[in-house]
Amino acid sequence: MGDFQIKKQTKQYDAVIVGSGAGGGMAAYVLANAGLKVCLVEAGPNFDPAVNSAQFKNPWESPRRGASTKFRPFGDFDGSYWGWQVDGEPYTHAEGDKWEWWRARMLGGRTNHWGRISLRFGPKDFKRKSIDGLGDDWPIGYEDVKPYYDKIDQLIGIFGTNEGLPNDPDGFFLPPPKPRLHELFVKRAATNIGIPVIPSRLSILTKQLPNNKDRNCVFCGQCGRSCKLYGDFSSSSVLVKPALATGNVDLVTNAMAREVLTNKEGLATGISYVSKDDLQEYQVFGKTVILAASACESARLMLNSKSPRYPNGIANSSGVVGKYLHDSTGADMGGIIPELFDRKRYNEDGVGGMHVYTPWWLDNKKLDFPRGYHIEYGGGFGMPLYGFQWDIENLNGAYKIKGKQKEAGGYGASLKEDYRYFFGAHVGMAGRGEGIAREDSYCEIDPNVVDKYGIPVLRFHTSWSSYEVNQAKHMKETFKEILHSMGAVVTWGGDDGPHNNYGLHNPGNIIHEAGTVRMGNDPKKSVLNKWSQSHDCKNLFCVDGGQFVSQADKNITWTILALAMRASEHIVDELKKQNL
Amino acid sequence: MDRRKSIKALLIGTAATGVFVEACKNSDKKVTEETTLTKFTGPERMVEENEYYKKVAAEKFFTEHELATITVLADIIIPRDAVSGSASDAKVTDFIAFIVIDMPSNQTPIRGGLRWLDMQCLKRFEKTFKDCDAKQQIEIVDEIAYPKKAKPEMQQGVAFFNLMRNLTATGFYTSEIGVKDVGYLGNTPNQWNGVPDDVLKQYGLSYSEKELKECVSFDNKG
Repeated sequence: MGDFQIKKQTKQYDAVIVGSGAGGGMAAYVLANAGLKVCLVEAGPNFDPAVNSAQFKNPWESPRRGASTKFRPFGDFDGSYWGWQVDGEPYTHAEGDKWEWWRARMLGGRTNHWGRISLRFGPKDFKRKSIDGLGDDWPIGYEDVKPYYDKIDQLIGIFGTNEGLPNDPDGFFLPPPKPRLHELFVKRAATNIGIPVIPSRLSILTKQLPNNKDRNCVFCGQCGRSCKLYGDFSSSSVLVKPALATGNVDLVTNAMAREVLTNKEGLATGISYVSKDDLQEYQVFGKTVILAASACESARLMLNSKSPRYPNGIANSSGVVGKYLHDSTGADMGGIIPELFDRKRYNEDGVGGMHVYTPWWLDNKKLDFPRGYHIEYGGGFGMPLYGFQWDIENLNGAYKIKGKQKEAGGYGASLKEDYRYFFGAHVGMAGRGEGIAREDSYCEIDPNVVDKYGIPVLRFHTSWSSYEVNQAKHMKETFKEILHSMGAVVTWGGDDGPHNNYGLHNPGNIIHEAGTVRMGNDPKKSVLNKWSQSHDCKNLFCVDGGQFVSQADKNITWTILALAMRASEHIVDELKKQNL
Repeated sequence: MDRRKSIKALLIGTAATGVFVEACKNSDKKVTEETTLTKFTGPERMVEENEYYKKVAAEKFFTEHELATITVLADIIIPRDAVSGSASDAKVTDFIAFIVIDMPSNQTPIRGGLRWLDMQCLKRFEKTFKDCDAKQQIEIVDEIAYPKKAKPEMQQGVAFFNLMRNLTATGFYTSEIGVKDVGYLGNTPNQWNGVPDDVLKQYGLSYSEKELKECVSFDNKG
């Protein structure tokens, strides 16, 4: 530590942004295009899908054939650097807590690997307390966010269909891809029992955007690896790259933010960070500070930014920072469709993800849980990877294969026939729903533990309530009905019950962390105002999932983008008016 | 069976194979290592991954006797047939040798399973599994390859064989030979035009007018 010192940058930026995912990327994009000078601070290394994606790699081009590692929990070709754990950057659990925290340390963050499911919130999603009395209403409504959803649809690109649904609003959609074979089975079966199935809404370019011919989808189904052709939305390729091209953005990578710096007046003056490259301490300064490090990481940064003026952490006079942490609910089930045994082979990669989905279709007033869920569908001919038809002995004695009843298990030429016979006959479904944001489900600073940079870490204190468990039970019943209706046989996820909360995933596992610095009109009950701006510190903003009051039964990225664009345009205006 | 005899047989089996294989390998060892390092440490890998890979690629777990036994077993599970080659054609042993280092939880089940198998063979045939003749090998495999009809005292062998079947299938079907065998035709730029007409017809399905109107379609002829 002999050569240890704090290096202060002399440049004064209009904004210092922490994090380059959906929120930070959008903020950098909007501000840079408005001519403002931006310093973009990212905790991970640089990442350009065109150079760094594993797209089109064959399974044998991974020594572990695509199996997961701690570096790539979603498999060796996945587009996220790190995930449930990051070496040297721990987090801890209060007793009973099972929170799972995904951290993508790279330019673009987790948008490099996400599912591209891009669902607008509907009018009801901003006003849930008015409907069911639980949680809180947002200080804004759908009409406030709609213009930004509209702009993002057209700027970034999304496919889908206008269905005129009351709480799943229409948008500016590219045409969706036709359903795959198993999706036609799902659609027919679900429709027959009154469950709607409509084209999914993914930010993938089934056609080129009229104003941008540089991006292209080639239907390889590998969006999760990030796209070398920029044919889907990643913040790295679609937002940060063009932001950098303006010349108005200085990008600092491998820079782990430590604290928000403040002056005597209590205004934010910049960010201090430790460089992972040289382990030196740096400070960068700006007229505004915009946090977009992820809901939990931004809360951590605020809680760690203590000063006489902000003894509980910056922007935390309410004590709300870290509270109301919530994730989407999730439960899954899979089966096999005997009718699809011995299928004709063809390339059905399609886009990366499902071509159809089920939006929430029921009335919660008639159910024992207050919020809805949507259903995602998977199946078909996937690239063979580690785990290919694992435990075939549970399957190949249960069905006649080419007209012959075999003994379960086996080996040899007969076994090779079995692997061919079952390939492409699997189907899976995943419910993703809304839980209730609660004050007593939260993260806080662990008083005893620091990471390898000496930054105090988060301790989680989260739990589900009976609402979420009842919802998972309903998901499971629905999946069984759909699978039964399509003539499929449940092969996994069918044994869940009260003993394991009906297979409800641990909180955090669905990777939709939100709510830690929620917005609101009352500074005593919220951290941010309706412009994603701190009540306490007017030039501090947070534009990630932290600002969410509730997260709907919709994946949150499209709303993060919309709110980040809205906040950023507000910042541009306020800076012009010299209000910041 | 005489206990000393069986231990001697095990030792001879191990040492003899070891020396032989090492002699063959040494000449091209360096070239092979450099090739896999380049192959698996490209720009799509993060710095920490490359460091980790270099470390594990240099490690060895199995003895030559174990590797030879795995090869025999894997070729029984996935032999050459009319459609494609065998597990050893697809270098499945190399994959299994790597995966136990990458996923150490597999080490004991496989090492112990191989030894369990050798002990069964020594008691019955006075030879280790790989030195048994094909008929003897199949005799013992038949007793552990069918979980539902296996005798209770063979259950440990069944669990081992299930794992070997799983790892062999993964190694094979994720190889170039195996991907071709099972008929995965993706991973290439194309335009998705929906399920082929003859397939729709086979299952009595069709796209609705709404779908045909709203979905993207491509003129693949033009």
